Amino acid sequence: MALEQIRLRTNAKKRPMDRQVVLPFRKSFEIAFKSIRARFTRSLITTMSLILAVAFLCFIQISTDVANGLLSTQNIERRQALIRAGYDVQPEDTRIGNTPQQKWIVILSLLVCIVGIVNAQLMAVTERFREIGTMKCLGALDRFILRLFFLEAGMQGLIGSALGSLAGGVFALLNALIQFKFAALTYLPWEDVAVSMATAMGVGCFLSLAGVMYPAILAARMQPVEAMRIEE
Amino acid sequence: MMATNSHIVRVSNVTKTFQLGKIEVQALKGVDLEVAAGKYISIMGPSGSGKSTLFNMIGGLDKPTSGKVYIDEVDIAQLDAYELAWLRCRKIGYIFQTFNIIQVMTALENVTLPMVFAGMGNDSAVEKGMQLLKLVGLEERFNHKPFELSGGQQQRVAIARSLANDPAIILADEPTGNLDLTTGEEIIALLKRLSEERGVTIISATHDFKMLNVSDQVIWIRDGRIDKIEDRKELSISVGKIDTRE
Repeated sequence: MALEQIRLRTNAKKRPMDRQVVLPFRKSFEIAFKSIRARFTRSLITTMSLILAVAFLCFIQISTDVANGLLSTQNIERRQALIRAGYDVQPEDTRIGNTPQQKWIVILSLLVCIVGIVNAQLMAVTERFREIGTMKCLGALDRFILRLFFLEAGMQGLIGSALGSLAGGVFALLNALIQFKFAALTYLPWEDVAVSMATAMGVGCFLSLAGVMYPAILAARMQPVEAMRIEE
Repeated sequence: MMATNSHIVRVSNVTKTFQLGKIEVQALKGVDLEVAAGKYISIMGPSGSGKSTLFNMIGGLDKPTSGKVYIDEVDIAQLDAYELAWLRCRKIGYIFQTFNIIQVMTALENVTLPMVFAGMGNDSAVEKGMQLLKLVGLEERFNHKPFELSGGQQQRVAIARSLANDPAIILADEPTGNLDLTTGEEIIALLKRLSEERGVTIISATHDFKMLNVSDQVIWIRDGRIDKIEDRKELSISVGKIDTRE
């Protein structure tokens, strides 16, 4: 008992800053996770636009990978099949890139996605004004609020883009199977597929974090008294 | 700080002006106030009297246009964001009219959140949180979400939460405003008990006359100024007057 007390006292002496509020990372993670779970429908809607955009991006990329796999076999018939499927293959081409239209549509879909995320997150912040204000009254710093929102967005981003790239990959492969039969899988460059999926996931996470930036800053900067004034 | 000068809150010539479009509204027109530690204070006044504004100043939720607010003899205008957060976390406990329990957390998580901010370990926070919930009579409902609790129970959770870091002051903004008569009385009795047992200074903004019976001091605000300050013994006389006025 006495030992315990001594240990406590030395611990207290060691603490460098006495007047500091903290939110350990594990605890913020826990709060963010519970918050997503408690507002599952809203999170799902936010995540849905991300899933769709990432799936689309992944679908386009993997379809190109499939086409490149077939093209690399130097087989005339497969080249014909590609042209029949709508790929723009010139006689001297050994690789196919994305067409400008494809690039444009992908960029557009990502833009629409990010606008959707900003919109959904702004709604979420407005819904939670009172909660944020309460946390600030209890001693939360601006950066705690920022961290909570970014963690939530990060988790949504990871899960959403994982689901999205998986869905995009599966659909791209199914589509290729229908168009080119088993040859599509036989000559598929799996490393390229992995890279495509990883890229799509990275883009998805980035979109999710970029989309929450403005709403999160708005939430973190809010004065507690303003938050309290808002009627529920 | 010397014991002879134990004013936990000191408000010195505070004014507050709000800009409403092109019109300037002066909510506080020079308020001086000293609150002794351990007292139960009620700030009374009609709505629009500047009661809530003064209350927010004392709580460090808003800054005065001119004048000073001292908490524990520290001028809160001098504090930076970190020190202000520390003050809110450790020195002041807030209770609101609308309870403001965080909806996605259980009763226990709500009570332990300020302790987490204060850097307390998880086990000791849970232990202390349970003690506090027991103190307000809700130990069996620790795992309930706010929507599973009645208004009075939510306010009890809020009271337990306000006590989390053993604050010197509890600020209660219309704590009985959203409660029925009986529940309101229970909450007032609970606050009074806490003030006596724990020596916490309780400052409550209210227009609930039930509060008068338990207050050590009542501060009447009218039109942005202090109308009068009454101690408990003077109060018994004037309460009769209020009743007839109602």
